Amino acid sequence: MPTTTLLWLLPVFPLLAFVLIVLFTNRNKALSHTLAVGAAFLSWLGAMVIFVRALKIGPEALAEHPIHSWVNWLPTGDGYLKIGVMVDPLTAAVLFFVAWTIFMIFLYSVGYHNFGYPEGDHDQKGLPPHGATVVDAHGHKHRVPSIEPMYSRFFAYIGLFAAGMYLLAISDNLLTLFVGWEIMGLCSYLLIGFWFAKPSARAAGIKAFMTTRVGDVFMLLGIAYLYTATGTLSFPDIFKPETLHALASTPSHVLGLSAAGLIGVLLFIGTVGKSAQWPLHVWLPDAMEGPTPVSAMIHAATMVSAGVYMVIRMFPLLKAGSMNGAFFSPLAVMGFIGGFTALFAATIAVAQNDIKRVLAYSTISQLGYMVAALGAGSYIAATFHLITHAFFKALLFLGSGSVIHGMEHGVLHTGNHEVDPQDMFNMGGLAKKMPITFWTFLIGGFALSGFPVLTAGFWSKDEILSSSFFGGHPVIFWTLALAAFLTAFYTMRQITLTFLGQPRTPEAEHAHETPWTMTVPLMVLAFFALTAGWVGIPEHFPLLGGLLPNWFHHWVGATYEGLLEEMGWLEHLAEGSLVPLYTSLTVALGGLFFGWLVYKDVRSPDPAQDPLKKALGPVHTLLQNKYYFDELYGLIFIRPAYWLAEVFTFRWVDRGVIDGILHAIARVVFDLGKILAYGFDLPIISGAGDLIGNIVRTFGRAFRVVQTGRVQDYMVAAMTSVVAFGALVYYLLVFAH
Amino acid sequence: MTAMQIVFLLTAVVALFSAFRVVTTPNMVHAALWLIVTLSSVAVLYVLLSASFFAVVQIVVYVGAIAILMMFVVMLTRREMRDRGPQLGKQWPWAAVLAVLAFGGLTWLVRSAALPASPVGEVPATSVADLGAALVNPGGFVIPFEIASVLLLAALIGAVYVAWTRRNS
Amino acid sequence: MIPLDWYLILAAALFALGLFGVLARKNAVAILMGVELMLNAVNINLLAFWRYRAPDQPVGMAFAVIVFAVAAAEVAVGLALFIAVYRRFNSVAADEINLLKW
Repeated sequence: MPTTTLLWLLPVFPLLAFVLIVLFTNRNKALSHTLAVGAAFLSWLGAMVIFVRALKIGPEALAEHPIHSWVNWLPTGDGYLKIGVMVDPLTAAVLFFVAWTIFMIFLYSVGYHNFGYPEGDHDQKGLPPHGATVVDAHGHKHRVPSIEPMYSRFFAYIGLFAAGMYLLAISDNLLTLFVGWEIMGLCSYLLIGFWFAKPSARAAGIKAFMTTRVGDVFMLLGIAYLYTATGTLSFPDIFKPETLHALASTPSHVLGLSAAGLIGVLLFIGTVGKSAQWPLHVWLPDAMEGPTPVSAMIHAATMVSAGVYMVIRMFPLLKAGSMNGAFFSPLAVMGFIGGFTALFAATIAVAQNDIKRVLAYSTISQLGYMVAALGAGSYIAATFHLITHAFFKALLFLGSGSVIHGMEHGVLHTGNHEVDPQDMFNMGGLAKKMPITFWTFLIGGFALSGFPVLTAGFWSKDEILSSSFFGGHPVIFWTLALAAFLTAFYTMRQITLTFLGQPRTPEAEHAHETPWTMTVPLMVLAFFALTAGWVGIPEHFPLLGGLLPNWFHHWVGATYEGLLEEMGWLEHLAEGSLVPLYTSLTVALGGLFFGWLVYKDVRSPDPAQDPLKKALGPVHTLLQNKYYFDELYGLIFIRPAYWLAEVFTFRWVDRGVIDGILHAIARVVFDLGKILAYGFDLPIISGAGDLIGNIVRTFGRAFRVVQTGRVQDYMVAAMTSVVAFGALVYYLLVFAH
Repeated sequence: MTAMQIVFLLTAVVALFSAFRVVTTPNMVHAALWLIVTLSSVAVLYVLLSASFFAVVQIVVYVGAIAILMMFVVMLTRREMRDRGPQLGKQWPWAAVLAVLAFGGLTWLVRSAALPASPVGEVPATSVADLGAALVNPGGFVIPFEIASVLLLAALIGAVYVAWTRRNS
Repeated sequence: MIPLDWYLILAAALFALGLFGVLARKNAVAILMGVELMLNAVNINLLAFWRYRAPDQPVGMAFAVIVFAVAAAEVAVGLALFIAVYRRFNSVAADEINLLKW
């Protein structure tokens, strides 16, 4: 099958699964998950085939002549807006991790939603399943987990989601990229609010959609400006030297930015929303309301990655926009926001007790790393970290889902529903109870912390730190280094509290390992979390550098190398100092050690006994409450919006003005009707009729006295007339002539 | 003033006076009697006009039949033997005015026309026979004659029918 | 001789008196008497004109004969009507017979 056909088909498989599940197989759970997982498998297969073929073509050739297929879509006067699909080296790398993570998450979802278990005792659609009572052969009653009531719906939604992500990844133009972007935005709303009967889930879904929408509006403005300035949205057309030069030299009259700069900033704001950077980060922690596979997919591996992918793709434009030295140039803005977010989120993560919240803030922080890397000018490092992060963060989320499932087993066993299975302080000692989960989670956690050499995260993080150090961005370097220390600290805190030590509650006591459908994906992702970094070992690395070529740098770098070289923006960083290397080793190992040290002796399930709380006091409260940003936004944006909707629009405008006008019109018309009826119709028209009658009656009454009934009166009258006429006739006859 | 004229004037006076009494007397019986006087004087006038046949017819028909008939009816249509109340209606001034106007008009008409003072010729001796012949002559007045007889028949039947008392229904 | 207009004036006077009787008297029979007076006046007129203008022709006489017949018929029917009315209303006063009053 030709590669382009395969390419077009990649989003079609999961989309077809969505359509079929929604229309036909909704009632049949087994058929629905087969369709969905089958579609994910087919897309994975297609993506792997394309990846291998791309490898065969080679990076320079692929960058020069990407696999490209397009159609003329919108007629626009003298031409067409073209849309199509493309594979260049960047796309091939992205497709690789997208296909693997999506497939693993689909497979994991089968087990996560308790396929094979009975339906719950009193499960309702819209609420998480509560467990079923099973009577075994001896008459003992056991509580077991129950299957998710909306099982098929879940697979339909993630099928649509996967279609959106594939579409975004293979697009060759900003329009279909934006379409995929928005499809994922819709699906994230649907999936975060999956358990729609929970008010917190509903609110979280709306919050996610609204917040990302804010970013999307600016992104759309950027796309529109780009189209206006260049007349095209296709990447091959935009990333030509002439186009970039033109955009860089046209002033936009906004904040001293060139056209390219303003477009870059606007597009980046879309990423701020989608990838949950400060200040639009507030939706991602709340998005943990959704089922864990959703958190893994959307908020680790794919959707938030889409934001970073978009700015990586647009890197030449961003670079062009930063050439005129304006203060708010795209790269400077990205560097600031990325670095700030990385540190900001890491501080909050340190004080969170919910296992998924820690990972949520961790995601925000790591995305900040990628954005900062781009701000420092190294898109290759950002891509590297994007890919490794997808693997180990998905692993961590799925692992946390496994832990939560294990805790829920314990809750069902003890029957105590007051216990929160997601609170890390209720866990402990799970390493012995859930070994596969423990080891894979440990691998993921070490990768996140940047454990040297063995884990993928080390290599990608080291690349970012190196490029920011050697690229002349010391502020970014030290900020990211501090954030790395905190990352390692809170990760080890998480691992220690969850898995090490002794169980702190009876529920943790009774946890047990999850089925193969959940543990196999964990193992697969753990493999990638270990090995994915080894494709990107830098040459200058002591001892290991040079043993393996830095394939990744070569591969992804080829995407824009030619273009950047032509523009004169290609930087060759002088790499000599070992400062970044030593720094990253120190912060990673140090953070891990301190995390273990502080938390290894925690015995009580009471979160108030957190050692850090005692150490930091009120600062800890500030961190735990996320710097009160949610409350701040509520005050500034939400309350006024509600007021606008409730009071202004509804009460004043709709009911007061519009309905008021209608009521006034009704009153006027009614009064007019009354006036016409009583003032005009009744007196004048009816009156005229009555008047005629009355006149006739009056005349009749007046004249009827003539009819006396007496013959002689009539005769007198007759004689009088005769005499009169006789005289008249005689006069006329005799005297008239 | 010839003798004929004196006779005429006397007859005229009687006729007019009795006619006046007919229309003014409140007593109906008296009125009927005065009518008889009037009709008789008219008969005299017919004689003066050499229409002797008609004088006789007048007496026989008018006086003998009609006036007597009227007398009968006067008797039959009185609730009491006395006549009550005024016999002239409310409208009698109008009637008087009209009568005067009528008389005045007619008289003025007569006076303004040039009328012969004496008859043009003598009445032939066969005038009555001629009348009879004319009445049955198809080229004469047979049709009015027959119609008049039909009229009399109709009047006869009608009068009988109208005045018949339906004692046995 | 007697001038024609004397007859005519006499007839006019009789006619006027008869007219007065018809219009003014209450008793129905008295009204009929007035009618008779008027008819007699007509007859006088007819015969006067016959005598003075065409005494040799029977036309005038025929006319007068017809008038006689008609007068008689009329009186007969009229009186029969008065009898009938008297039976119904117990009165022949013309101003009391006013059923066709408004």
